[in-house]
Formats: sequence, structure tokens, C-alpha cells
Amino acid sequence: MEVSKPQCPFTGTEKRRPIDFAAASLLNLRLIGFIHMRRTRVDKVNAELVTLTYGTIVAQLCQDYDSNYQDVNKQLDKMGYNIGMRLVEDFLAKSGVGRCANFRETADMIAKVGFKIFLNVTPMVTNWTSDNTQFSLIFEDNPLADFVELPDDGRAQDELWFSNILCGVLRGSLEMVQMQIEAHFVSDVLRGDDTTEMRVSLVRYIEDEMPPEEE
Amino acid sequence: MSDNTRGVFSLIIINKAGGLIYQREFQAGLRKLSTNDYLVLAGTFHGVHAITRSITPKIPIAQPTPSPATGTTGPAAPGYSYPNPGVPVSGLDYLETDKFRLTCFQTLTGTKFLLFTDPLTGSVEGIIQKIYELYADYVMKNPFYQIEMPVRCEAFDRHLGAWLRGRT
Repeated sequence: MEVSKPQCPFTGTEKRRPIDFAAASLLNLRLIGFIHMRRTRVDKVNAELVTLTYGTIVAQLCQDYDSNYQDVNKQLDKMGYNIGMRLVEDFLAKSGVGRCANFRETADMIAKVGFKIFLNVTPMVTNWTSDNTQFSLIFEDNPLADFVELPDDGRAQDELWFSNILCGVLRGSLEMVQMQIEAHFVSDVLRGDDTTEMRVSLVRYIEDEMPPEEE
Repeated sequence: MSDNTRGVFSLIIINKAGGLIYQREFQAGLRKLSTNDYLVLAGTFHGVHAITRSITPKIPIAQPTPSPATGTTGPAAPGYSYPNPGVPVSGLDYLETDKFRLTCFQTLTGTKFLLFTDPLTGSVEGIIQKIYELYADYVMKNPFYQIEMPVRCEAFDRHLGAWLRGRT
């Protein structure tokens, strides 16, 4: 991201965090005993390459959409959705986890296993509604947003959700396991907020096994 | 080890709508069905699988609630519960004859892997699990593969064949 603005929360923070999937997996083994990881390859990729690639995509989208940030958000969500639908198979095949009994369990699985495996972060699950259908994920650390300063055009700070792809990833992957959800960011440290928080709401469980009507 | 792979006849993958998306034999010269027969087989199996799920016996629970009985897949439909409620309801897991065994593995996303093996072949679950991993890698992660559509991924074919052949 070739943007300049002082006062960025990330200015000066030199983060070098290779995403080490093997180590992440080991941690999961400890965290959640029933998961038997089957990864045999050493999956390592330079985290900064991921960060840069993602940043480039967002910057390009901003350019393509003429800084219409609503459209950029929408597009990022859509891209994430397509990723999620594919990624969920990798998650299921390699973590060997079973079906979650309820939405609270799903939330923990997303935060403690999903984000851990793929981004090597563990967002905090909090702010449950009393009916257990909505929760927040609070990201202490967001590898996608390392080094990022939002454009200084007076609008990006209010309109762009830089990491919106993550909402789409959750939406796509949960849809594949029969949960329709809605996810959006409510705050982002990139915008000067104190925390980065994503709100996730369960819309409904999709009844599976019912073939489409026209069949 | 190599005994296991020798007993693997063929693989069928069925998408969540019951459509055949992949079919392959692992032994040279196996008699093939016509494409149409495979499609019918996939669709029929999908239906039978759904039926076996829905006919799973349900036992009344202690405090009946006066609400309409809903879908068959909820963990606790009002008034009834499955025997052994901690274990999720599965459909047909395998069919076995004297000559072969058909093992069905359904992923949580609804895709079904049907593996035809010799009835004596061991550790079929392990083989299917590995096939699922290869599918996750070489099919789902291929950005040009369209989800739910027939699988035409050369890398998947190659890795699947190589793994099954050279698993010693």
C-alpha cells in the first residue's frame, strides 16, 4: 500500500511473524485433544508475502472502483466467500474435526482452530447475545493489516473495511457446513478504533439433504 | 500396505445435490459401466443415503413439547430424539457383498466419496481420508475448478494415482 498518513497505529511496528502451520497445528493438538492433525508437509509461507499480496489486491480494487469503498468492501467479501467455500474442505480434511453441536462451539472452532491454522492468530470470542446467535471476534493481531495505512482521502477511514475478505471467508465456509451467517466489521484499528472487531450473526441452519426443488 | 491399495477398485465422488462429479477405476481392465449408468448410480445412492438418514429411528424424549415436528436433521427435533444423541446421524456408511465393499464417506459439506474395494481390504477409512485431503488440495484449491461441477483436474488424477500405487 503506497499511502502516507501519520498517526497510523502500525507505523513503526516491525512485525516478523512467519505463519508456521506446523507449529500452529501442534498447538491445536494441545488445545483441542480430539483433533488429529494429518499434515505431513511442512507448510510455510512468508507472512509478509501474504500481507503484501492482500494489500496489493485491496489497493488495486480501490483503484478499479475509483475509491468507491462500499463497492470495494462488497468485492472483498465476495472474494472471501469464494475462498471460504474452498478452504473449508481443507480445514475439514486436515483437522479431522467433527460437526459442532451448537453455535457457541462453532465460534470457538473458528477462533481457536480456523484462524489459528490459517492466519496463526486467535481472535477472542466475546459479546454473545443471550440467544447465542451473535458474537464478536476481537482481533488483537491482524496479519492482513500489518504495515497498512488507509488512504488519506477523508473517506477511506470511514468507509473502507480493509480486512473485509475475512467476513466473506467465514460466510462462505460456514455456508458449506449448513450455516447461513452474516458477518461484518464494526471497528478496525486501521481506522483509529481501539479494537478490531467483527460481528458474526447466525441467520439460520440450512436444512441439508433436501435436493433442490427442480430435481 | 501394498495389499491395501491392490484391493481398491474404483472411486466415485458425488456432489451435495446428488450429481456425479468424478469417477475413476484404479485397476486396468475393470469392466466399465456406461456414463449414464454411473450418473444413475450416483443419483440413486444419493437418494438411498438420504432415506437412510431420514428413517433413523427416533425415540420420544421425556418432556414432549406441543410444537410441530420439523426437519430430520436437527439435533433435537421437538418431542423426539435420536438414540445416542451425542453421535450425529449418518446415512448409509457401507454396503458389503461377498465380492466387494462400497464404503461411503460423507464430508460435513455434503460431498460423498464412494470407494469400491475388495471386502478384505483393510483401513479403508484411512484411504478415503487421504483421498479427501487430495481432493481438498488439488480440486478445491484449484482456482479454476468450479465448485459442484465435474472434476477435471489433472493434478488430482496424478496425485491420487501415484499415492494409491506407491503407498509402500
